[in-house]
Amino acid sequence: MLFNREELEIIKQEKEKWDREYERFPKRDVTFTTISGMEVPPLVTPADLEGFSYLSELGFPGSYPFTRGVYNTMYRGRLWTMRQFAGFGSPEDTNRRFKFLLEQGQTGLSTAFDMPTLMGYDCDHPKATGEVGKEGVSVSSLADMEVLFSGIKLDEVTTSMTINCTASIVFAMYLVVAEKQGVGWDRLDGTIQNDMLKEFIAQREWICPPRPSVKIVVDVIEFCTKYVPKWHPVSISGYHIREAGSTAIQELAFTIADGIGYVEECIERGLNVDDFAPQLSFFFNVHNDFFEEIAKFRAARRMWARIMKERFGARNPRSWMLKTHAQTAGCSLTAQQPLNNIVRVAIQALAAVLGGVQSLHTNSMDETLALPTEEAVKVALRTQQIIAEESGVVNSIDPLGGSYLLEFLTNKMEKEALEYIKKIDEIGGIIKAIELGFPQKEIADAAYRYQLELDRKERVVVGVNKYVSDKEIPIPTLKIDDSVCDRQKERLKEVRRMRNSSAVRRCLQAIATAARNGENLMPYIIEAVKEYATLGEISDVFREVYGVYRDPGYF
Amino acid sequence: MAAERKIRILIGKAGLDGHDRGAKIVARALRDAGFEVIYTGLHNTPEVIVETAIQEDVDAIGISILSGAHNYVFPEIIRLLKEKGADDIVVFGGGIIPKDDVPGLLEKGVKAIFEPGTSTGDIVKWVRENIKPRGL
Repeated sequence: MLFNREELEIIKQEKEKWDREYERFPKRDVTFTTISGMEVPPLVTPADLEGFSYLSELGFPGSYPFTRGVYNTMYRGRLWTMRQFAGFGSPEDTNRRFKFLLEQGQTGLSTAFDMPTLMGYDCDHPKATGEVGKEGVSVSSLADMEVLFSGIKLDEVTTSMTINCTASIVFAMYLVVAEKQGVGWDRLDGTIQNDMLKEFIAQREWICPPRPSVKIVVDVIEFCTKYVPKWHPVSISGYHIREAGSTAIQELAFTIADGIGYVEECIERGLNVDDFAPQLSFFFNVHNDFFEEIAKFRAARRMWARIMKERFGARNPRSWMLKTHAQTAGCSLTAQQPLNNIVRVAIQALAAVLGGVQSLHTNSMDETLALPTEEAVKVALRTQQIIAEESGVVNSIDPLGGSYLLEFLTNKMEKEALEYIKKIDEIGGIIKAIELGFPQKEIADAAYRYQLELDRKERVVVGVNKYVSDKEIPIPTLKIDDSVCDRQKERLKEVRRMRNSSAVRRCLQAIATAARNGENLMPYIIEAVKEYATLGEISDVFREVYGVYRDPGYF
Repeated sequence: MAAERKIRILIGKAGLDGHDRGAKIVARALRDAGFEVIYTGLHNTPEVIVETAIQEDVDAIGISILSGAHNYVFPEIIRLLKEKGADDIVVFGGGIIPKDDVPGLLEKGVKAIFEPGTSTGDIVKWVRENIKPRGL
């Protein structure tokens, strides 16, 4: 307990006195809630934390339940990885951006793929029209992946790849590129997002229905436990859930629920929880509401530790650790007065650091307009470097731990998120809940509620519904050259011409057979990409065997 | 008294882009404002959007795009509407569309492009003022 009983009694009495005084004064005519609509008390005292146990609720950094951080030394041992998400145009374009970022002091790569790659279509597919290289880099075959990572030794960087329904294919290509560089798979370090549950909930890139999609996710996890031990085969992501308009509590709850879903599926597959759980990683959003966000990270760590230990009986402390990447909230940025976004990103990034994240992407000020320019990316990266090396917040671990407000919010978020998880358990698990549209509808409701608050000006967005400027100063934006598509199609044509097409057909057939037999698909996919079978061709096998998922279109 | 037919609006997502927060909010706001709304869900081709619009006899099509494919999708929808003799269906849209691209889209026949930050109230108002039942 933070205070002895006697003192707590006095605090309670004094607090009542204070409350009476507080009631007497007029207050500003605004709602004192977080951006998620959570009530925030005017003052938190030890009386609000009665029964709070330091040892069981917080403990020490690097020890169960990890509320104060997953590592003993946290940022005194090693700063977080500054990982700016990059990808646009051709593999050559993105390779150049990667090298630029590494030269600027960035310590890890993070790859954005274009929509056709993310959805399983080659660049020459009619559905890819207008989208090749637009939102990320275009990858149709191993030939593109070879260019994307050319001149970058894969054992000297950690690479994150944001890709999901085609993650198994792109990961297979990455493994083959490593092999060709002479880098053993056991030396590869990085993350593949590969989180299909949140795709159905929020990000909405898919090929097949939820169950076969999760089967392929588990294939990648199982494969990594055996052959790529340092790799994070899934990044359980709340980021997109939040971007879709959820509250912070929904983000926390549905992300942890997705994590539970994967653990259950892996156990079902016959894996031992301690053999795969240390490789699971997470990815959260970091939004504007400073304390709510810090509390979210701390609550997430404590919840995951308890769930892994108590619900799944994990014994290895590394299985209890929630390691997370964070990205500042894209949806918080405004097209109006874009320079203001630099300030928003700085506040969000500071919350992520005070929340104890392991890696961080800071958005660039121009991202509501287009993919970022080099100059904008540089400011975003510098924001992290200023926090790390000028602000001093890294000196002491979990520096806000013990703040009455923060502990109160951490407790509250954990409690409310656990209520959602209980509800999902009652429904029959997260996959069932997704099939019924439960998280999707909850998020759509929250997003609509938030929009109405903005429209009624109950919530302020500076430059959008308050402090509006008539004169906007335009900033330069990145343009993607339309010739990218032609060049990509040209390379793909060359790949199709040069490869051994009977070997490709045989490999595709083998994937289909393995899929029908319920085998792990990874070894077959690796063989296929080696023969330059394309991403679209392998995705077609998924479509043929597992069927295609259609958006139920809830709104 | 014969009830006036409600204005019907198709809200659509074209291409592979999965960002549907805006589309769903606009669909809901228009429905709450008393319009009849059909939401296509994600990942539709311009062909499917135009076919659905004609089948459902809508008065307007609202397209949300955040993927950068707007310079292909909007003109293609307008071309297909013309081809099918349904170019009295009004097309409008929103999403991440750079300011520089807006004049070109308007010139090609898009009636309005709403920028990020537009309130649902403004969109509802615009629809009330600009969309009339077809064939009247």
